[in-house]
Amino acid sequence: MSVGGTVQPANMPSIDPVTEDAGAARPAASTPHPLLRLLSRRVPLGLLSIVVAAVIVYWATLVLPGDAATSILGQSATPERLAQLRQTLGLDEPPLQSFVRWFSGLVHGDFGTSLTQQRPVWDVVEPRLLNSAVLVLIAAVLSTIVGIVMGLMAARRPDRLTDTAFSVGALVASALPEFVVAVFVILTLSVGLFHWFPAISALPPGEYVWEHPDKLVLPAITLLIVVTPYVFRMVRAATIEALRADYSEVAVLKGTTQARLLYRHALPNALAPTIQVVGLNLLYLAGGIVMVETVFTYPGVGLTLVGAIESRDIPLVQFLVVLLAIFYVTVNIAADVGVLLVTPRKRFPR
Amino acid sequence: MTTVAQVPIGTKHRSKGGLRRALRSARTTNRGRVGLGLTFVVALVAIAGPLVPGQDPTAFAAPPFTPPGAHSGLLGTDVLGRSVLARVLDGGWQLLIMAVIATAIAVALGALAGVTAAYKEGWTDALVMRGADVLLVIPQLVLALLLVSAAGAGPAVLIFAVAISQAPQVARVIHASAQGVCERDFVKAVELWGVPGRLVITRQVLPNLVTPLSVECGLRLSFSIIMISGLNFLGFGVTPPDPSWGVMINENRIGLSTNPWGVTAPAILLGILAVGINLFADAIARANLGEAAAETFEVTSVLPQEQLL
Repeated sequence: MSVGGTVQPANMPSIDPVTEDAGAARPAASTPHPLLRLLSRRVPLGLLSIVVAAVIVYWATLVLPGDAATSILGQSATPERLAQLRQTLGLDEPPLQSFVRWFSGLVHGDFGTSLTQQRPVWDVVEPRLLNSAVLVLIAAVLSTIVGIVMGLMAARRPDRLTDTAFSVGALVASALPEFVVAVFVILTLSVGLFHWFPAISALPPGEYVWEHPDKLVLPAITLLIVVTPYVFRMVRAATIEALRADYSEVAVLKGTTQARLLYRHALPNALAPTIQVVGLNLLYLAGGIVMVETVFTYPGVGLTLVGAIESRDIPLVQFLVVLLAIFYVTVNIAADVGVLLVTPRKRFPR
Repeated sequence: MTTVAQVPIGTKHRSKGGLRRALRSARTTNRGRVGLGLTFVVALVAIAGPLVPGQDPTAFAAPPFTPPGAHSGLLGTDVLGRSVLARVLDGGWQLLIMAVIATAIAVALGALAGVTAAYKEGWTDALVMRGADVLLVIPQLVLALLLVSAAGAGPAVLIFAVAISQAPQVARVIHASAQGVCERDFVKAVELWGVPGRLVITRQVLPNLVTPLSVECGLRLSFSIIMISGLNFLGFGVTPPDPSWGVMINENRIGLSTNPWGVTAPAILLGILAVGINLFADAIARANLGEAAAETFEVTSVLPQEQLL
């Protein structure tokens, strides 16, 4: 309360308590490296975010309708088994205590036991996690390449035919729901026009998706269509802006070639927003796989999460959501570090 | 410190006709007209559809997945032998109503939080915006899924879940725009006269945020439609015999090769609706912010992001 009264509005644009402290204690001579400053602020905040996410999931799974033990074991379960399960679930404990127990287990690598599969959560998640990682990685890498190439092609001559076609296409693709895109991908490449790839990506248990690459194709294409537009739009906008900047004009006046202008002058300046949007795409993919994996019954984290929510497999839901939160925080920090590294202006502040 | 979502504020919208002018300038562009037209067509199908006589969305018409014909209707039958046409006509209005309400709640909550934080600065600002950041750690669809499965899958819960999961993103986008407005001289001047903060926000700050707010409304509406139909697709929020475009796409997938209309008809309508709304939002942004700013504004408000440095 007392702090609120003493804040000086003009010279202290207070963003974050952590930086304020760092700024106040900072002697003029030895400024910490901007990278360290970024990390020292973002890592604690990220950890806090993960804890809050854990609290939210825990709360949400705690208030799941009905008695979780009964809904898992069914109406005919014996009272002894019910009591036993309640104890393993921590349902007979006060909420705070059971949360602390679950969370400390999480920190120590004990992720609990899946209720529906009667196996450690990690054993259930690990193969799915690898499958999802492959899918997300393929989509992220390809969308970045395709997006940059298309963005540069469009930005070279703004408002001409290529640019207009790409831009309208990107706008349409980015607006479509993932499962609608998926349906049309299936219709064109699997059951309608062509019969090239399977529409269902389900795998025999114990096998990984890279042992059946044909099952990767349609989910990957779907994700590619969904996320490429963002890379494209960002690269295009940033490149056009860079080409209009004074330094580009100087370069043109000095007689530089079109290619050199594009790759040496415009592209490096478009790199920071591109890294940012790729990071954002990865984050988007973390949510996007839920829909896409469900459409294709692709055995990944998203499908597992939906299944776990439906079957009330609480430990599995809790772990998967925390996993997604950790992924989010990591990618977010990594993207900001990447932006910092390619933007000398930010790395060496005056 | 710069934010990508920062929107340059012109002096255009100081008068009261700001909203009307923002919308009118969007309507004069091709994108705006096409967007509005597409949205209108689908909205017409969704709203007028249930009024078409002789269409029963739950009655048996012909054997499952019969292709279009005399008995099975214009679009054939679905997985349980019901008329696809009747179900398509009846499956959009709920979605539309829920999406509009969810968007209104999300934008109202988000804008309130974002503007208040930007205006108050200091601890309120830090607390509200860090709170928004923390909420965004869980993917929006997953957060909505969690809320729906925790609190039951009724329409009210679905609306609430979609609104809550989008509000932090709105707060962040509006906050970035509001910061620019709050620093301007006329706001500071009114503040110095001793006008209460609530009035400064409603009379001075908000009217200058008409453009970002209306773009945000458009983008959020199309996202609400995607999320609600997506949740329907996953089996949440609709009780089985009721038709809904998302549910139809899911339940008729197995008949894709015999009667594709069960899937394509609702998918095309959903797609046109989402694209139409998005085009119109894009037209508003372009007409009022300029092309480059519109581009960054839209990309950043669709995707989650944290402020840099």
